[in-house]
Amino acid sequence: MKEIIRLENIRRDFHVGGETVHALRGVSFTIYEGEFVTIMGTSGSGKSTLLNTLGCLDTPTSGEYYLDGVSVRTMGKNDRATLRNRKIGFVFQNYNLLAKTTAVENVELPLLYNPNVTAAERRERAIRALTSVGLADRLEHRSNQMSGGQMQRVAIARALVNDPAVILADEATGNLDTRTSFEILVLFQELHARGRTIIFVTHNPDIARYSSRNIQLRDGHVIADTQNDEVLSAVDALAQLPVTDE
Amino acid sequence: MNVTNLFKIALRALANNKLRGFLTMLGIIIGVASVITMLAIGQGSKRSIQAQISEMGSNMIMVHPGADRRGGVRLDAADMETLKLQDYNDIVSECSYVSLATPTVNSSGQLIFGANNTPSTVYGVSPEYLDIRRYEVEDGDFFTEQDVLTSAKVCVVGKTVVDNLFTNGENPVGQVIRFGKIPLRVVGVLRSKGYNSMGMDQDDLILAPYTTVQKRMLAITHLQGITCAAVDERFTDQAMEEIAEVLRRNHKLQRGDDDDFTIRSTQELSEMLTSTTDLMTVLLAAVAGISLLVGGIGIMNIMYVSVTERTREIGLRMSIGAKGRDILAQFLIEAILISVTGGIIGVLVGVCASLIVNAAAHFPIYIQPWSVLLSFAVCTVAGVFFGWYPARKASQLDPIEALRYE
Ligand SMILES: Nc1ncnc2c1ncn2[C@@H]1O[C@H](COP(=O)(O)OP(=O)(O)OP(=O)(O)O)[C@@H](O)[C@H]1O
Ligand SMILES: [Mg+2]
Repeated sequence: MKEIIRLENIRRDFHVGGETVHALRGVSFTIYEGEFVTIMGTSGSGKSTLLNTLGCLDTPTSGEYYLDGVSVRTMGKNDRATLRNRKIGFVFQNYNLLAKTTAVENVELPLLYNPNVTAAERRERAIRALTSVGLADRLEHRSNQMSGGQMQRVAIARALVNDPAVILADEATGNLDTRTSFEILVLFQELHARGRTIIFVTHNPDIARYSSRNIQLRDGHVIADTQNDEVLSAVDALAQLPVTDE
Repeated sequence: MNVTNLFKIALRALANNKLRGFLTMLGIIIGVASVITMLAIGQGSKRSIQAQISEMGSNMIMVHPGADRRGGVRLDAADMETLKLQDYNDIVSECSYVSLATPTVNSSGQLIFGANNTPSTVYGVSPEYLDIRRYEVEDGDFFTEQDVLTSAKVCVVGKTVVDNLFTNGENPVGQVIRFGKIPLRVVGVLRSKGYNSMGMDQDDLILAPYTTVQKRMLAITHLQGITCAAVDERFTDQAMEEIAEVLRRNHKLQRGDDDDFTIRSTQELSEMLTSTTDLMTVLLAAVAGISLLVGGIGIMNIMYVSVTERTREIGLRMSIGAKGRDILAQFLIEAILISVTGGIIGVLVGVCASLIVNAAAHFPIYIQPWSVLLSFAVCTVAGVFFGWYPARKASQLDPIEALRYE
């Protein structure tokens, strides 16, 4: 199996007013292509810090990080930006779509920062990504004309459009109701089934049962790393939800 | 990162907030428009003064009675009667640098023709006046030396007088009009010269032999002025010296006595007026420049606010691969697009405003290409300059911080 992410003893210290906060205290693990990993832990355990490191937004204080075989720690700002552009897809809790911008334009955004992609190709790929998240009929809808679930789908399409090595999601279902959360989870499972590598940070222990692997953090340490042999199907779970709303 | 994409990004960002873009532009529009309008007015008055002076005759010299006491009070009416016909005759015969000269006396009053009457001023002159002031006769003839000798009751009228008196389209030449009680036969009509830069109608006048005005209207023997033309404008100073010499001798002034007359040349006048209009232009341009500066600060302010307002957007762009310089470029391009568009609109508004000022207030304007270029360049530079700082601040944001920004 191909290794996508390798962390070796990652530490991240923050210095706040003379005090040092150890957000990550020596985290090591390897993630292979096609894994659907959930990262869990209490608030302040370092999940977001870890995800930012994985997403090349943050550099660790010490330790080695290899993304797709490339060492990230020694990279400069601009190289990391390029790396994010080509290898990483982010999905945020609050969607972070551009205001008053159509779905297609939002999804095209990462490709605009890639000079190798032509305008025609850009649009075509954006439409393909939107179709794959079930929004083929919402291409020209603006972000303020969509529901939370739809906005998150657009965000997922945007994370997919550059064909990344890994998709990173931080509380991607945190702002959604149960039903919509499951719909998004169905989507992630579909992506997983198609061979995407996904790292999904969540508070919700239920969600871990729908992923193939679960990593638990506490105080900046990995305290558990378990393979899930009985991955539940989100489609089934969705079918069993009582249809109360509309 | 390619430039077309950056433009696309900046354009989309602007299109998403048209009102903000427009408000930012407003400062620039007003700045550029006012610079252009102010300079157009300043340059326009300067040019029209120059044009008027050269029309009037740039070699013209005017002699008036009374000492040159600018702003002072003239106590004695006799002071004003020092110029005599002899002075005029001597200037004509003795001053080699003076090519033409005419006595001047004038009288204001009511002009009457049929049922029409209009207030006007009759200028008493000799036929040389025509050449000195560069008037032309359009219709009929000018009065002659003979008319001067006989104090003939004849006159030559300007277009405005014709329009006011001959409302039924009669041919003025040969008609008899009345100036107060004195009937005057119209022998010619002057070609129109239009308004001068002070908004004075140069066609609202009647010329009559100076003898007629002196004897029949004013009952005086002295002259109110002598208007001369130097042989060439380069010899204006020499001509003025010669005239002063003749007058001092005729008036029996001793060494050390003040002149009892004043000599002015259009050249002096021109220099004086030009320096006034130059000062006016500088002041107007300064006012306009300040509004351009305020416009620039407006750009900076709005760009700065928009950087703060759009922190999350910047964080997002960075997280999906925008480099610091892409963000810098985006914000700079936004600022430049705003200021260039604002500049273009400002130029159009400025040109229109100038034309309106010209049409509505008869104010002479002249839009100088360099003033358009200059204000446009200044506004673009202001856009870049004032857009740069907020853009740089945006580009230096930490993506994580920016994403977390509430
Ligand atoms: N920029 C920062 N400066 C200082 N300390 C920070 C910074 N970012 C995170 N921390 C600290 O690092 C620790 C881990 O924070 P992190 O955001 O990774 O937690 P988390 O697991 O994502 O929590 P939550 O579930 O509430 O989102 C916390 O103690 C936090 O205070
Ligand atoms: Mg977090």
